Amino acid sequence: MRYAMVIDTLKCVGCSDCVVACQTENNVPHGYCRDWITEAVSGSYPSVELELRSDRCNHCDNAPCVRCCPTGASHIVEGGIVLVTGDECIGCGACIESCPYDARYQHPDGYVDKCTFCHHRLEKGQLPACVSVCPTKCMYFGDLDNPNSEVFQLLKNRKHKTLAPEAGTKPHVFYLI
Amino acid sequence: MISKDNYKYIYIRKLMKYMVTSRRKFIKISALGLGGLATTSAAFGLFKTNPLLDAAIKENVSKKLYRSATYCEVCFWKCAAWAYTDENNNIKKIIGNDDDPHCNGRLCPRGTGGVGMYSDEDRLKTPLIRTTVNGEQTYREASWDEALDLIASKFKDIKEEYGPESFALLKHGSPGSHLEHLFKAYGSDTIAEPAYAQCRGPRETGFGLTFGSWVGSPEPTDIRDTKCLVLIGSHLGENMHNSQVQEMSDAIDNGATIITVDPRFSTAASKSKHWLPIKPATDIALLLSWMHVLIEEDLYNKKYVEKYTKGFNELKAHVKTFTPEWAYGITTIKPEEIRKTARIMAAAAPSVIVHPGRHVTWYGDDSQRSRAIAMLNGLLGSWGNRGGFYFKEKISIPKYPHPDYPKPKWGWHDLGEQYPFAEMGITSEIIKATIPNEDNKHPIKAWMVAGTNLINTLPQREKTIEAINAVDFLVVIDTMPMEITGYADVVLPECTYLERYDGIRSATNRTPSIAVRVPAVKPKYDSKPAWWISQQIGKRIGLGDYFNYNDFEEVIEWQLNKLGTSLDEMKKIGVKHFDRKSGPLFLKEGQDYEFYTPSGKIEFYSQQLANKGFAPIPVYTAHPQPPQGFYRLNYGRSPMHTFSRTINNPNLSDLKSENMLWVNPKVARILGLKKHQEVWLKNQDDIVSTFSIKVRITERIRWDSVYLYHGFGHNNKKLSRAFGKGISDTELISKTVVDPLMGGTGLRGNFVSILTENPHKNSEL
Ligand code: SF4
Ligand code: SF4
Ligand code: SF4
Repeated sequence: MRYAMVIDTLKCVGCSDCVVACQTENNVPHGYCRDWITEAVSGSYPSVELELRSDRCNHCDNAPCVRCCPTGASHIVEGGIVLVTGDECIGCGACIESCPYDARYQHPDGYVDKCTFCHHRLEKGQLPACVSVCPTKCMYFGDLDNPNSEVFQLLKNRKHKTLAPEAGTKPHVFYLI
Repeated sequence: MISKDNYKYIYIRKLMKYMVTSRRKFIKISALGLGGLATTSAAFGLFKTNPLLDAAIKENVSKKLYRSATYCEVCFWKCAAWAYTDENNNIKKIIGNDDDPHCNGRLCPRGTGGVGMYSDEDRLKTPLIRTTVNGEQTYREASWDEALDLIASKFKDIKEEYGPESFALLKHGSPGSHLEHLFKAYGSDTIAEPAYAQCRGPRETGFGLTFGSWVGSPEPTDIRDTKCLVLIGSHLGENMHNSQVQEMSDAIDNGATIITVDPRFSTAASKSKHWLPIKPATDIALLLSWMHVLIEEDLYNKKYVEKYTKGFNELKAHVKTFTPEWAYGITTIKPEEIRKTARIMAAAAPSVIVHPGRHVTWYGDDSQRSRAIAMLNGLLGSWGNRGGFYFKEKISIPKYPHPDYPKPKWGWHDLGEQYPFAEMGITSEIIKATIPNEDNKHPIKAWMVAGTNLINTLPQREKTIEAINAVDFLVVIDTMPMEITGYADVVLPECTYLERYDGIRSATNRTPSIAVRVPAVKPKYDSKPAWWISQQIGKRIGLGDYFNYNDFEEVIEWQLNKLGTSLDEMKKIGVKHFDRKSGPLFLKEGQDYEFYTPSGKIEFYSQQLANKGFAPIPVYTAHPQPPQGFYRLNYGRSPMHTFSRTINNPNLSDLKSENMLWVNPKVARILGLKKHQEVWLKNQDDIVSTFSIKVRITERIRWDSVYLYHGFGHNNKKLSRAFGKGISDTELISKTVVDPLMGGTGLRGNFVSILTENPHKNSEL
């Protein structure tokens, strides 16, 4: 099993519902976030292009954050989900520095926090909070090892990209373009 | 090391800044060798089980949450939802009701962040009464009894001295309907809401005159099945009118063509196959020209036009000269683009929607522009066809018995009598009638304001304040301290939608449905629901018979029983669907259909308008363009906020805490503006913004306009998060052009210059 998220940038309107849903679902303190919106504008008026997308931890296969963690608090569990055990984290911030995507932040309680793909919801058979709330239904989640999954099919049939592939992190958040 | 700058990403969220700052707290670790590593994590042996985390997950899984049915009040879309509370009665989250056609289980960001409306520590907490201490006016906390007694005595005084009609109600949202009942029982229908004359009124007039039917809310647009969606200044996706945004996404999946007409490269424009970057204030020219192409090229829906419309020949003659070349000179849209887009619409017809928009009070000829949009839909045959407009239906909620309302001697209708097609109270006419004037036939002496922050809602702030200064008595009911509450004689703290029962939601949709709102938690502080406030005032002024219940719960229960359900059932399901009774959603091939117009047809030529001396077919009139050194002030919605009411919401302010001034790079170069530079705005009437705003240099805006999100720039210090954040567009809208048909105030004819020096420096010294 290999979990992956696929986000359709052609449909995302940048509303941030995914952000606020994550914050309420995961008790993320005000002023912090596990996911955020990126807006990229190119061209010049009136030939402008705009990409809106929801960004978060890419749950990389080759995760520098995990490799550099001195205590083992950052680790990978079944399905390729990268997690941080708060109690084991000493807040040294090595992982924050090492992540090419700026996906991690230091929680005011001292440990490092980030997107978990809503691991606790997956256990209940629910989708991650952001995916379940997105009004444009532009986010998809599933098992990339399963050829019948929506995510597998979307990646098979649609043009897509990952962020900063040159970092060699093998991200598992994909963007349809 | 990969930096975001390599990707030229602009971070629109301030949260990113927090992340960057927190990151700086740490000792820098030199960049790790990232490139070229292809080994998977499994090969590093990084997998492990984690007993601590597993326990945390288990706890989270087993945590019991209780859910209560509600419908969202963060905007007017009223999505049905479940509020989840834990065993300590904390609201944990709000999730859309899967069965609800307004949200389909997915709330918008504001609805998801609605818990902040409840948890906001700046909320109004007790009734307040204006008082003077040592010559200074201030508020003192009061008991409900004292505040209500005072209000009741004013209701009596006004009635005795001037008649009940002189007490006006200005309102918005759910609290409004409870207070409307009080006012009507008292004998006043001097009632208005900014949602009409400052927002969607003109489109109801324009569509009403053409199809004989209001657009209403939610709009009966069959977006999910459309082949072509045309948006004219309507920024779906930035306005999060939930199910519509959802359907626009479905339409994208289905390969529909989106055409967006907007001087700004809106989010919707970025999803569009065709974006027409129109010169502001010239839309009618484009609409007339589109009609010209459809008719001249014989592309209009002939069968439909023949069967259902009236006045086609007059329309044909009218648009004869409005060629795309003519429109090009006005709109700056190239003739071939106009032709091409008209042909795309025709090819998709009747599965095409030229969207009526929502906030349409722009230039003063808005009813006529809305009519042109309606007529274009008529030519394409989209009204009553799949992928166009469906025939909406709703359930009427049985009236809880009460004595008849007395008949007022005058009311909103008389105040707006010079606007023959006004169908609701006009706020600006209430203002006019409140400002003392000898010719004033119907002077207004007192106001109740509920759920609307008039100061940040109405244009011409000076007039609003003049009227406020003139009233004998002003009571404001709100959940939050707003600008308007600062002017009140008495302030009543309303509890939020999460803490109260309210009227049953029944709205027009594909199939009728109802939704209920029951309290998820008890009212916080000393706040009370609007139904209770109305009842308490009513009882004190001898109108107890109109409020014959102990709790509003009884009213809903009674109504639900009449509808064949019960409160118990509704608490479990939240939303209930009913069968359609009015016939099918769409016209059948060749079906006879009578429209609710005088002729029973779709009226291209409007005798009603001609009779009142107005253009029976819309004409284009030129509107002023900004003079040298000025830019058109355009404003719109941020998806995370609804008007000024949500800016202080802790969850939503976290998403967007201030607005920015969108400026084209060319303009920035000429004026020497830098990214995030602090500037002030001064409008054509020398009105200077109270606060400053940061510059956002972006190619998404024309060089003749600036743009900002509406609702920001609060100047009530009690709003700890919102105070002083950004600029209020409303305060710079001092010029309005009034729609002669229905009294709407065109708000988009204001021009601003950009000040780089603090204009308040001296006044602060
Ligand atoms: S909720 Fe969906 S549409 Fe909104 S910003 Fe997130 S991904 Fe985009
Ligand atoms: S995105 Fe960053 S935090 Fe997430 S797994 Fe990759 S390197 Fe680690
Ligand atoms: S659209 Fe959003 S704010 Fe409006 S009612 Fe629905 S969830 Fe609430």
